[in-house]
Parts: sequence; C-alpha cells; structure tokens
Amino acid sequence: MQTSPDIAAIVLTVKLAGLTTLLLLLIGTPMAWWLARSHSRLKHVVGAIVMLPLVLPPAVIGFYLLVLLGPEGPLGKFTQALGLGLLPFTFAGLVVASVIYSMPFVVQPLQQAFSAMGDAPMEAAATLRASPLDAFICVALPLARPGFITAAVLGFAHTVGEFGVVLMIGGNIPGKTQVLSMAIYNHVEAFEYESAHWLAGGMLCFSFLVLLLLYSRGWNRQP
Amino acid sequence: MNIQVQFKQAYPGFSLDVDLALPGRGVTALFGPSGCGKTTLLRCMAGLTRASQGQLVVHGETWQDDVTFMPIHQRPVGYVFQEANLFAHLSVRRNLQFGQSRVPAARHRVEFDRAIDLLGIGHLLERKPAGLSGGERQRVAIARALLTSPRLLLMDEPLAALDVARKNEFLPYLERLHAELDIPVMYVSHAPDEVARLADYIVVMNAGRAIAAGALTATLARLDLPIRLGEDAGVVLEAVVVERDEAWHLARVEFPGGSLWVRDGGHSIGQPVRIRILARDVSIALEKVMDTSILNCLPATVDQLADDSHPALSLLRLTMGPSALLARLTRRSAVGLGLMPGMPVWVQIKAVALIG
Repeated sequence: MQTSPDIAAIVLTVKLAGLTTLLLLLIGTPMAWWLARSHSRLKHVVGAIVMLPLVLPPAVIGFYLLVLLGPEGPLGKFTQALGLGLLPFTFAGLVVASVIYSMPFVVQPLQQAFSAMGDAPMEAAATLRASPLDAFICVALPLARPGFITAAVLGFAHTVGEFGVVLMIGGNIPGKTQVLSMAIYNHVEAFEYESAHWLAGGMLCFSFLVLLLLYSRGWNRQP
Repeated sequence: MNIQVQFKQAYPGFSLDVDLALPGRGVTALFGPSGCGKTTLLRCMAGLTRASQGQLVVHGETWQDDVTFMPIHQRPVGYVFQEANLFAHLSVRRNLQFGQSRVPAARHRVEFDRAIDLLGIGHLLERKPAGLSGGERQRVAIARALLTSPRLLLMDEPLAALDVARKNEFLPYLERLHAELDIPVMYVSHAPDEVARLADYIVVMNAGRAIAAGALTATLARLDLPIRLGEDAGVVLEAVVVERDEAWHLARVEFPGGSLWVRDGGHSIGQPVRIRILARDVSIALEKVMDTSILNCLPATVDQLADDSHPALSLLRLTMGPSALLARLTRRSAVGLGLMPGMPVWVQIKAVALIG
C-alpha cells in the first residue's frame, strides 16, 4: 500500500495544480482579453511568448528558469533583495515554474472564447448603459464560461502532469517539492512497480472522471 | 429640428460626410443602398464608432463635438441591432432588466409591463434567447432598448433578418411604438415598404452623403431627385378613412386635396392611414373620362415635367390642393396632350396601396 511520502506527493501535487490554476485564471483572463480584443501590433509578440511553452522542451524551460531564478540570475538577485530568498528547490519556485509552463493551456481557450464572442455582446451592453468593466463582468465573463472551464481543466491537468520543469526547478525533495510524477518515477527507478501502479492508475481514473463529468455536463455547449 | 448631426470620417474607399438637422420627434428613415453609410452614421450617433470629426447635439445636449465625446454607455440612446444581439446567458426577463436596472429609477419613463405589452412578449419572459424565433428576438431587443427610457431610439434594419411573413407580423408593433411613445426614432433601412409605412421624415443617402432630407411625403414627390422607393417612383399620402362601402368592400380615404376609393382593409372610420401611389399607376386625361373601369378620377394641376430614366418616358408632378402626385407617361403622350405647368387635368389612378 501507499507510504506516507506518496500521500505527501499527492497532496503537494493537488496544492500546486490548484494554486497554479487559480493564479493562471487571474493573470490569464486580462491577458487573453487583451490578446483577443487589441489591435496593437505588440499582441503578436506577446501571443508568441505566451505560446512558447507549447513548443519548447520542458527541460529547456526548466534550465532557463533555474538560471534566471538562481543566485547569479537577475530574478534570483531580485528575490534575494526582497528578502524572499532563492526560489529554486522550493514550493514557491514550483508555482512560478508551473504558471509559466501551463500558461498557454489557460490563455489559449480563454482567448478563443473571447474572440468567438465578437464585438456584438459588448456593444449591446454598452448601449444598455453598462460601463466597460460592468459589461466585462456581467456579459463577457458569463458568455466565456465554457472557455473558463476548458482553461481550468487543461491548466490543472497540465500542471499535474509536468515532469521536466519540476525536475529542473524543484528537484525531488520528498514532502517539499516531490510531486506525483516524481514519485512515480522514483518507484519505477526502484522497481517498485506495485506502488507505481497505484499512483499511475489513480491518476488515470482521476483524469477520466474529470473529463467524463465535464462532457456529461456539456462543457462545450453554450451556457 | 432638435437633432444636429455632423460627421466626417474617411475609410479606405469610402468616406462618410453628413451634416443634417433632424426632427426631434417621429420616425426618421435613413434610406439608401447597402454600403451607403447609413449604418455607419447610426453607429456614430450611438458612439459605437468614433468619427474623426463630428458634432452631435440632441435636444440641446452635446453628445459629441471637437472636445466632448460622451461614452456610449452614458448616452441616453436605445440601439436595436440588425441581429437582435440578446445576451445568450440571460433569460428574456433578465435581458429586459439589464438596461433598465442600470438607469436610475427616477428617470424611468417606460414601464416594464408597458414595454412587454407593446411588443407582445409577456409569454416569453422565462425563456432563453436561443429558444425564440427571429421575430420574437427582435421584439425583445426593442423592448430591452425601450426600457432604458432612451431620448433617441436608433434602429439598424431591425427587420433585415426576418422573412416576409415575420416582417408583416412585426410592422404593426413598430407602428404602435410610433403611435404610443413619444421617442424620436432613427430607422435605417433599404426596404421601401418599411420606409413608406413607418417614416415621417426621410434622409436619402448615397456613397456616404445625404443627397436629400425632408418630410417623407414632400421628399418623395420631388422630381429633381432620383429617389426610387423600390422599383418605381411614387408618393405616400397621409389620409383618414371617412366612409365604408360594405356592399363593394371599399373604403373612401380622404387626404388634403381629395379623396380616393381603396380596398377595405378593415379600418374603422376616422382612422389615419397611409396610402402609396406609384407613378406608373397614374395616367392623365384632359377631360373627365366617364366610361372607365378606373374608380379614382380626380382633378389636378400639372406642376412640373421632367425626364425619366428612359428617354421615352417623362415624369410628371401634379398637385391636388396641398398634396402632390407623380405620374409616368411617355414623352409622346406628354407632348401630344400639350401638357404644361399650370394646366388643369384629370388623373386616373389605377392602383392605390393602403399601407398601415
């Protein structure tokens, strides 16, 4: 049966994925809105940067993050100056890395939902006396609900599944930065196939159940 | 003239350039072919499109000039889009309340029940927009706009997305609106029937410019402008039903300067109606013709003669008291009859359409 490091890995993974998804929805929503609605030329540059993690090998992202956040990196110096210490090999470092790694999976569905909506609902809201912020909250957000569900599911699932970035930036410290995929890897390395089966099988069931629930509730239908 | 509109805006291949004084009451039709700029003008008035240069003063309140640009959501307008543009995530009731709840209660001038009654949507309140027909959606959209108690109602071809049957079902609602609420309406349309039926004032647009503007009846009777409401020139007269001949299913309608027999449309005596007479349905005789099948023969005076679109044809403007009529005849007939301005003649009207 499962040893407590495995339980700790599961809890840590859920915490990491939950926090990352929450942060990404907060950062990703205004970003996706801007990408979907802006006519600025800068948006292509920003769009490309946001999408980079889709094509870059995770090890590359992890390596650069390690350099940037490390003691000699500019961000590392900054976090030290702020008295936060160094982020690599901490939970906070994992969160930062996950936010970057999973960003396209959250921003992309949101951007698509906002684009698909077109100008019409926002224009109608404006002629009905809604200020831009009011219209965004009362019209754009509810209309983009299917996009938000997709974004949250993909963001969460991708964070749970990440390996390369986590290995580079988080190491493999039980109870601190050892996430589920690390735990499975460790079991396999040690020929503990039964334990690996428990964790891997659990993930499989969990993923399937989430998708089943979403599909049965009509997540891609209009609200 | 309580609405001053002046906009200049250049686009690639098209520029809008209008300077108009429009009446602060009744229905003003912005009429013209597709792409003539009528929707752009309407959007500029709402603030949805920001013209590079413009001035808009409504009932003495400046909405836009060189220094002012009142944001859309602060303009007291109601806007009805071509597609109803209802919020898909809200029920009909919540759609209706969306605008109403954002206007201070002290400024409500249209009651909720009044609006749903006017547009006949009381039975739809709990439905979602996806479950409505095109006509129902458009009626909800109009009620939703009305419930913001606008000082100006802007309608962008609200019937364009409807089929003919739905249109005919819908027009009476617009007429009721016109008759019962005192809100000035700007009505964009390229459909002659709608304009003839609804408008009091007309602005004819072409290639981004207003080529004519004036009261509907007077503007349609002008000879110097190529205004064709549809396939043919014609006039619209405001009339009142004064007599009904039940035996022959006819009704007599009186307009300033004469009266005509029309098919009985079930209107009661005293009811105001509009009639439309096309130039091609009017012929001229120098003396009163007795043995004819044509029911409507009236005395009139030749006012003006002009060339028509084809060299064989002339367009004739006639007056009957304060009202005017257009007639199309061949130039040979016009010369043969020796028609001259000021000449008394008899007009024979073959067909009169009762509209609304």
